[in-house]
Amino acid sequence: MINTLSRMIRTGILTETFPAPASASPAMDRLQKDMRNILGRALCIRHVDAGSCNGCELEIHALNNPYYNIEGIGMKFVASPRHADLLLVTGPVTANMEEALKRTLDAMPDPKLVVAVGDCGACGGVFGKSYASRGAVANVIPVQRTVAGCPPSPVAILEAIRSAVIEA
Amino acid sequence: MMHEPERSIGNLLSNLPCKSKVVGALDWHREAGNVRAAGGQLLTLWGADDRDRDGSFRIFAAYLLDDGIEVLEHAMGNGITPTYPSLAELFPCALHMERAVYDLLGIASMEPDHRGWLRHGGWPRSEFPLRRDFDASRQFAIDSQPYPFVQVEGDGVHEIAVGPVHAGTIEPGHFRFSVVGEKVLRLEERLGYTHKGVSKRFEQMQQAEGHRLAARLSGDSAVAFSWAYCAALEAITHTGCPPRAANLRALALEHERLANHLGDLGALGNDAGFAFGLTQFSRMKEDLLRLNVAAFGARYLLDFVQPGGVATELPEDTPRLLLDHYLVLEERVSGLRVIYDNHAGLQDRFREAGTLSRESAVKLGAVGLAGRASGVPLDLRVHHPWPPYDRMKPKLVMQSTGDVAARVYQRFDEVFESLRLCRMILENSVAGPIQADCPLAEPDRLGLGLIESWRGPVIIALESGPGGTIRRCHAHDSSWQNWPLIEYAILSNIVPDFPLINKSFNLSYSGHDG
Ligand code: SF4
Repeated sequence: MINTLSRMIRTGILTETFPAPASASPAMDRLQKDMRNILGRALCIRHVDAGSCNGCELEIHALNNPYYNIEGIGMKFVASPRHADLLLVTGPVTANMEEALKRTLDAMPDPKLVVAVGDCGACGGVFGKSYASRGAVANVIPVQRTVAGCPPSPVAILEAIRSAVIEA
Repeated sequence: MMHEPERSIGNLLSNLPCKSKVVGALDWHREAGNVRAAGGQLLTLWGADDRDRDGSFRIFAAYLLDDGIEVLEHAMGNGITPTYPSLAELFPCALHMERAVYDLLGIASMEPDHRGWLRHGGWPRSEFPLRRDFDASRQFAIDSQPYPFVQVEGDGVHEIAVGPVHAGTIEPGHFRFSVVGEKVLRLEERLGYTHKGVSKRFEQMQQAEGHRLAARLSGDSAVAFSWAYCAALEAITHTGCPPRAANLRALALEHERLANHLGDLGALGNDAGFAFGLTQFSRMKEDLLRLNVAAFGARYLLDFVQPGGVATELPEDTPRLLLDHYLVLEERVSGLRVIYDNHAGLQDRFREAGTLSRESAVKLGAVGLAGRASGVPLDLRVHHPWPPYDRMKPKLVMQSTGDVAARVYQRFDEVFESLRLCRMILENSVAGPIQADCPLAEPDRLGLGLIESWRGPVIIALESGPGGTIRRCHAHDSSWQNWPLIEYAILSNIVPDFPLINKSFNLSYSGHDG
């Protein structure tokens, strides 16, 4: 216990002025303010992997690390689409996930937003369209925002969430 | 009975010692029995449509033996349904692979389980995407049929269905539990949801760009897969990867191992109710990813390994930066290991949960990290080292208990060993070019690339077409071997422990589904 406590104290608070490496940019300061003002510290996000390579998931996970600490500005990943305001979709949509993706969106209460994450979600990426892949998420469900990158950085994902909310 | 003549598969080349044999149906099975008796492992199984060449379909199996890799090839005529003897009774992990081969190619093993594995109704039963006359751009309306899971009957038995969409940020798959109260009597996995048609996609690409697709088979193992692809291509083009590039590839591969292990150690703490572990380890992982940006130009190294070498040299000041950081990391991870050791709550959840005995691990063909945690001594870097691991002599790290705790400690130990290897690479740095010319491969060459990723061996079998095209490319992740292990490890455990047990294996869905 002493060990754990002393490590906590030594570690201190790591959360960076939003968001970390690019905090110098005014766009990023705006992001933090917007998140507070517009969302009032409450945005529930549901993530669905519609066929990704799992690279995008790794960067979504990173949002929960202490540097980005999204819960600190009121964003939270929820376990059910029924509790979600915003759907983050990764991957090209595979034929085998098409139905599950549509059903997840249907289960969300209105109003709802969809952000397609990564080159795959935005345009099909390296996998493209085929017998097994529908390509971009927008080919299957309506999408408000896309984030390019393979995988996109955590900051880029946050920026897309912000603009989806602002434009809504 | 007539013994069929043996000839060597033309031009099979690999980064590991490798031999090959063409066999008839009888020997296909008999040789597999010999491999099993000699303690060998089935590494991967794949098929090919060669009707344009000689009217045949082919099935290939790659085995790992003490002295290297053995590839067996068996040709079948173009009947209504070409068939070959199943390997599943010798190597249980072959069952899913055989079902996948059928879904893609329409060649069947003599195994009675013919439920679709990768095909969930996304394309008609009568169509086989990897056949050469199948047009890859065709799309079909979904026609999903209920999947007949094996039913368990008995007093008080009920089923719990989970997935494909899970509660957390993870990949899709379906788990069907048969339980009594909380206790799991049976688990059946259903995978294939993320099948993106990667094998067919390879055939539309040039050899010089295939590494980009290989890296994206499983993003968390991108360095391993792109290296395996390049190793296969370099083997068939007789390209020597420069020593400096090989060193940088190994550095990237060890960083990939470190990043994944750090992430998993945090997530495992969290799944056992110790959020402090997640905070600490996810912070260390983020630090490492940011160092990757300084060293390799990206957080995740999806495009670092390329045919003939690597994309970038380390900037001048980064080796010092990295070496300093390894010390910090080592100190932090050691400290957390003590904390994990002494935390009664964690130990209570980790110990004797999801146990896979050594005996079952051997029988089921466990590989990689999960295998070593159950005492299966197998690490390609140690047993069949390719450059630069042949000079670095990595140490074998192993546990014996096969429970969640063993998979946790396996990760701790591998972090320390990885750090030692990274240090060795930077301290004995060789100078030189980072890129060699990689010419087009002669047509009809078969190359095999094998790399030990953080999860286990990944394999690329690459066959060249004319003019720098890819005729066939098969990619295999160790998750094929290790997914069925979870069905055993969960037995007699309670349902609420499933997330922890599943995480302790942390297998790839995408790498498996292709
Ligand atoms: S965008 Fe890149 S990282 Fe994301 S799912 Fe696609 S291939 Fe993977």
